[in-house]
Amino acid sequence: MGFGTWASPHDAGLSAPPGLYLSGTAKIGETLIFGPVIFEALPGQWTCLLGPSGVGKSTLLRLFAGLGEAVTLDGTFGGKDGTSLSNCVALMAQEDLLMPWLDLRQNVTLGARIRGTRPDFAKAETLLARVGLEAHIHKRPSELSGGQRQRVALARTLMEDRPVVLLDEPFSALDARTRAEMQDLAAETLAGRTVLHVTHDPGEAARLGHQILVMTETGITDIPAPATSIPRMYDSTETLDLQGQLHRLLMERR
Amino acid sequence: MNRLKHITALILMFLILWQSLVTFGDLPAFLLPPPSKVAQTLWHSRALLAEHAIVTGLEVLLGLVLGASIGAVTAVWLTASQLARHFVRPLLVFSQTIPVFALAPLLTLWLGYGLLSKVAMALLIIFFPVTSAFFDALMRTPAGWMEQARVMGGSYWRVMWLIRIPAALPGFASGLRLAAVYAPIGAIIGEWVGASKGLGYLMLLANGRAKIDLMFAALIVLAVFTLILHVVVDKGCQKLTRNHT
Repeated sequence: MGFGTWASPHDAGLSAPPGLYLSGTAKIGETLIFGPVIFEALPGQWTCLLGPSGVGKSTLLRLFAGLGEAVTLDGTFGGKDGTSLSNCVALMAQEDLLMPWLDLRQNVTLGARIRGTRPDFAKAETLLARVGLEAHIHKRPSELSGGQRQRVALARTLMEDRPVVLLDEPFSALDARTRAEMQDLAAETLAGRTVLHVTHDPGEAARLGHQILVMTETGITDIPAPATSIPRMYDSTETLDLQGQLHRLLMERR
Repeated sequence: MNRLKHITALILMFLILWQSLVTFGDLPAFLLPPPSKVAQTLWHSRALLAEHAIVTGLEVLLGLVLGASIGAVTAVWLTASQLARHFVRPLLVFSQTIPVFALAPLLTLWLGYGLLSKVAMALLIIFFPVTSAFFDALMRTPAGWMEQARVMGGSYWRVMWLIRIPAALPGFASGLRLAAVYAPIGAIIGEWVGASKGLGYLMLLANGRAKIDLMFAALIVLAVFTLILHVVVDKGCQKLTRNHT
């Protein structure tokens, strides 16, 4: 946890995470994917990008992940104030993407190993304990449930310890109870980082977004979210009202 | 245990069929010797059979190890180098239009009557299935894993070693299973074309001297050897891929 590096969220004061910025039109070949749009994610905040399938949410996220080589963006994107995003992004996808032949500890430390640095197993165990899997560190992914596997993926994301975390519908394949638990856990463990969370679930956006952006065929709309802390309770009036409002927007804007 | 019973029953049925063919078909012993006679020869000529079996076994094992290793390295090379994919891969596919058997006389001419030409035959015959199966698997690393590795900033060869190769092991294993069955064929063909030792050589020799019982005995030894090789390789492959589901 050297000075100037992005350490755990508790040390968030050490180095401020960057905000994200994108403006322009994205195409793959001749096909329009989205745009023109202006997108901004606030530094150190949880931004939900809510929209139906096929409006280019994932493409936008993939640009920030550095996975957009197939995409032609007529415009600019990157860290706000021109910060480079290389090596400061972690990605968590809908699939857990765990290696079936590695145990949980090895899976969580995969990043260090493929970069050729020494894996910190002690930290991996601490993080696995933090997501409630301390009893399973030597198990393989196949021995776990879908929810548990997504917890491992979260631990792996935390292990990467990046200031920007990109979540590409990571909870959408989980059942309602497991999903709510994962939302709580993710909100707690990722606090202080710049989170871009792509989702198609208005309920999820209402629970988690400090900032909620609704993306439809007509562009991106910033929906004011309550200034309350996240995760918001799934059954509070505030959350349910917001969920309804977001749902209506999704139905109307096309 | 049940499997053992099945196999024993199968062998017994085969023996009964064989014996009744000899007895009721009224076949002369120089065409089809009775199983009892073959069993006798198996026992009496055990030293001779063992001597030749060891040679064939060595050829097969060397061919298998070399063919699988060279095949694996080639597959990784093809995966890593686009240039190799463009130029070497078509060559590999084209090489399969030449039956390996047709090369046997040439290999004997070039590499001599000894071990080397047979190892080369076994190697050549298994090289393609191993390379092809492993290469296909290497090219099919799930896109999500590769993307995760890129976001993590992994180096090319570390990603190859820690993700792509382990992920492709089931493909390598299926190539290896085929190879274990093909390798003895290569060695035997090599021995037929020109050799002074080995089960294939012994079979030709016995055939020429109308010792059909010895030929059958050699055939049985070869079959048992191939079966054992298959079982061992299969177990090894299962171990290699046991954590892939």
